Amino acid sequence: MSKEEPFIAVIDYGAGNIRNVMKAIAYVGLPAKLTKNPTEILSADGVVIPGVGAYKSAMDKIHANQLLEPIKKAAKLGKPILGICLGMQLLFDSSTEFGETKGFGLIPGEVVALPANEGYKVPQMGWNQNNITIKNVLTRGIENEYTYFVHSYYVKTSDQYIAASVDYGVKVPSIVIKDNIIGAQFHPEKSGEVGLRVWQAFADMVSDKAVLI
Amino acid sequence: MALAKRIVPALDVKNGRVVKGVNFLNLQDVGDPVDTAIAYQNAGADELVFLDISATLEGRSTMIDMIERVSSAVFIPLTAGGGVTDLESMRAIIQAGADKVFLNSAAVSNPELIRQGAELFGSQAIVGAIDSKWDEIEQKHRVYVSGGTKATSLETTNWAKKMVQYGVGELLVTSMNTDGTKNGYDIALYQELDKIINVPIVASGGAGKLSDFSAVFKSGHVDAALAASVFHYGEIEIADLKKQLHSEGMVMRL
Repeated sequence: MSKEEPFIAVIDYGAGNIRNVMKAIAYVGLPAKLTKNPTEILSADGVVIPGVGAYKSAMDKIHANQLLEPIKKAAKLGKPILGICLGMQLLFDSSTEFGETKGFGLIPGEVVALPANEGYKVPQMGWNQNNITIKNVLTRGIENEYTYFVHSYYVKTSDQYIAASVDYGVKVPSIVIKDNIIGAQFHPEKSGEVGLRVWQAFADMVSDKAVLI
Repeated sequence: MALAKRIVPALDVKNGRVVKGVNFLNLQDVGDPVDTAIAYQNAGADELVFLDISATLEGRSTMIDMIERVSSAVFIPLTAGGGVTDLESMRAIIQAGADKVFLNSAAVSNPELIRQGAELFGSQAIVGAIDSKWDEIEQKHRVYVSGGTKATSLETTNWAKKMVQYGVGELLVTSMNTDGTKNGYDIALYQELDKIINVPIVASGGAGKLSDFSAVFKSGHVDAALAASVFHYGEIEIADLKKQLHSEGMVMRL
């Protein structure tokens, strides 16, 4: 693949569901490379952190593969970074899942268990409706739309980073943004046409066809 | 706001082909799983379930190939299963792109399989499938295995509870009393399950008309309703169904 052609590095740390993420990126027309090679991560135009599974074992694998530094460096260089589901949660300071585990620390906030409120089963598994609080290229396509969630933990963070949220007894951030760092709690690769709009917007950011406004 | 109620078309698959004719689609080749899945996605299906009825190993490998092709073209959750007896086939199904795999008979003979699957892939990826029939003499719901051909001594709600304890993240419960009748879902069964089960429940068996869905959501309190023939034969359009349920006050993804 030539250097001029933009591509997305999908972080390979043994998370599940990677195939579906790769397919969604391919569907919106950008090459994606599954990689744990720091040089490759830093030469990519955008980085995706997929994720299904548990916080601690994910962080253990990130450390074992020495992936934290290249991801942080890519973030510092201003490359669009997108974390999906657990991948979004990893962007924050820490999680209380199986004791306290430190995350990437790219966005202030912590990951806590969804409360088992009356009428709200845990995990949240299914389609929930997005309320947009910050309108931009990423959130415009999901305004009032349903997207597909599967998770037992959610992010507690300052409102300034919450671009979209869903109501699940508590306010669950569904899109978080801090500068070039983006997280989606739902699975855009499993949210039908609406989810593909998110992938398209991210691909447009990566290939410099769109900016986050 | 609660989650949207899910409408789930089910597709029987044999040797990598959709069988039991899907004829509302006007497809040139009705058995093509990719075209069928895309059509259902575009019609508004919230999720798809693939039931593998292949009896051979070769059938299983074409099933894997099918899931790979479907998941490249369809971007809604996919559940697959049928005859899954070990971790290796669970892994193959999930790696091919299915979000969830369901276990039925194999879980009855070896419940540890649920725990192992949940540990490896997460509870959200493991669905407990139960075929249940009302036992008139003993006045209880009884679990059947091997495609509904063999009765077990298990009582349905007890077994459902056990499956959750072993780690399933969702239950897909088919009532053999109502399956194929088109006379409505087995509301009483889902009411019983609702009292003790805290994972999402997918109702299956008996859908014939729009009001059957309404009843199973409102009275049966299920999270999702699965149906096959009413969708395959175009007797119920998914978009119409969801609009109707929405107008009755249910949360639907329109």
